[in-house]
Amino acid sequence: MLTLSHIRKTFNPHTATEKTVFSDLSLHLAPGEFVTIIGSNGAGKSTLFNAIAGSFLLDGGHVVLDGKDITFLPEYKRATQIGRLFQDPLKGTAPSMTIEENLSLAYLRSKRRVASFGISARERTYFREKLSTLGLGLEDRLTTKVGLLSGGQRQALTLMMATLVTPKLLLLDEHTAALDPATAEKVLELTRKIVEENKITCMMITHNIRSSLELGTRTLMMDNGQIVLDLSGPQREGMTVPRLLELFKEASAQELDNDRILFS
Amino acid sequence: MSITAVLGSVEQGLIYSLVALGIVLSYRVLDLADLTVDGSFTLGAAWSAVLATAGHPILGIGAAFLAGGAAGLVTAALQTKLKVQPILAGIITMTALYSINLMVMGGRSNLPLLRVTTIFTMAEEVLPPSVATLAVTGLFSLAAAGGLFLFLRTQLGLSIRATGDNRAMVSSSSINPNFTTTVGLCVANALVATGGALLAQYQSFAEPTMGTGMVVIGLASLIIGEVLVGGHRSILHSLAGAVLGAIVYRLIIAVALRTSISASNLKLVSAIIVAAAISYPAIKERVEFYKLRKAGKQDADTLPHSENL
Repeated sequence: MLTLSHIRKTFNPHTATEKTVFSDLSLHLAPGEFVTIIGSNGAGKSTLFNAIAGSFLLDGGHVVLDGKDITFLPEYKRATQIGRLFQDPLKGTAPSMTIEENLSLAYLRSKRRVASFGISARERTYFREKLSTLGLGLEDRLTTKVGLLSGGQRQALTLMMATLVTPKLLLLDEHTAALDPATAEKVLELTRKIVEENKITCMMITHNIRSSLELGTRTLMMDNGQIVLDLSGPQREGMTVPRLLELFKEASAQELDNDRILFS
Repeated sequence: MSITAVLGSVEQGLIYSLVALGIVLSYRVLDLADLTVDGSFTLGAAWSAVLATAGHPILGIGAAFLAGGAAGLVTAALQTKLKVQPILAGIITMTALYSINLMVMGGRSNLPLLRVTTIFTMAEEVLPPSVATLAVTGLFSLAAAGGLFLFLRTQLGLSIRATGDNRAMVSSSSINPNFTTTVGLCVANALVATGGALLAQYQSFAEPTMGTGMVVIGLASLIIGEVLVGGHRSILHSLAGAVLGAIVYRLIIAVALRTSISASNLKLVSAIIVAAAISYPAIKERVEFYKLRKAGKQDADTLPHSENL
């Protein structure tokens, strides 16, 4: 479904703040795969998502989604096929617009942007039906402004918006990290349900080692712009949280050691 | 104030409501301070006066609408394609428009429309003269407000609103924020220019400086309107507020003119109204903070010393 081949990216080239994030990264995702990604801060996880979603252009390499080369496609055009959630629940919704208006915007992806008026009764019924699956009572608050919702409700709504029109790829960037544990659990459960029901190819960044193994079908560990561990199938099933934590620590410790050498 | 004076203020208010409506779109909906307005208002007036002189008053209004849209397009292109800061993009277009407006007016610093057919004289032929002007201005204001209301309900309108509301969301959804910004600025300036076009035919002259301070006048109307209708709770409130605010602003000006404030001080008054209204929340917060601190100090003073220990 998604193929990254030999992608390269250096930020601020030829300056003092030059930073090479990807020197040569390749990755292939089969349709319906649910990949969880772990890695320390600065490992390049979010930058990988930015590269896929088109927040910046690559220095080299190709991004192919569902057989189509999207390397040079602008972000908003890729967004018709890629759904994305951020850590910040405020990022995914327009606060002074109502729930139905937000959903209507998300629904635009499925059709050409024509001058159709407002929200049709059929769409409203569809939104209500979809919202009821969240189990948050939002279906009765279609005309409530989104700014009045809690962070958890907003994130659940954003998830709904990202998947209202089934995307080819769903990118979840620590989308439960800003929520309280109970709400985070609920949103994760919703994520699992929606991804499974619609067979969406999905990538999820998480700092929760346990959910990185529990959710999805494949786990990647990133470090320094590279994929240092790629677990799937029996190898992943045999993996335990303590063992993965150990591997994770090894990878980060290595970095620490390098720093020590640098400063000694 | 005489009925005639009130009526005149209402008529002018209805004309200026087009400016206020344009500013609702750029300032409130898109969250951009668009300074093109000063130039596009005069641009509309210039086209309207020139074409009315040539015997085409209605065409003049239409041309003003299109020219205003083009001015908005230039500002939008500077912002979105050439990455000029929004405020500066407006200033650049406004400055360029000063020369362009003079060009449109054939280099004359005043274009009188004496004994020229305008849409107002045309209306007087079919309607009683006492209501003709009011009918024309009211019709334009209603059409602009209604049209804008319907436009903002379309899918494109929703996208424009989302662009002003949460740019981060828009760029990661399937909406092209550059496109929505461009459409918004075009429509906003088209409305402003139509306001200028109406004013030129209403007052029977156009001059290159008539747009000076129009942004501030528009904002003042907008803010007065928001106070009157109670905030900008919905699009309908904002639009109705803009029209109402523009009329009330003109009435305030008419009253001010009757007192000792001379006409030359009007822009100063407008500026003070806008500055005060925009800074109102900050001032309110400061006052409440002082009150709270004073109350806290009193509490501390009245406590027995033994409890403090």
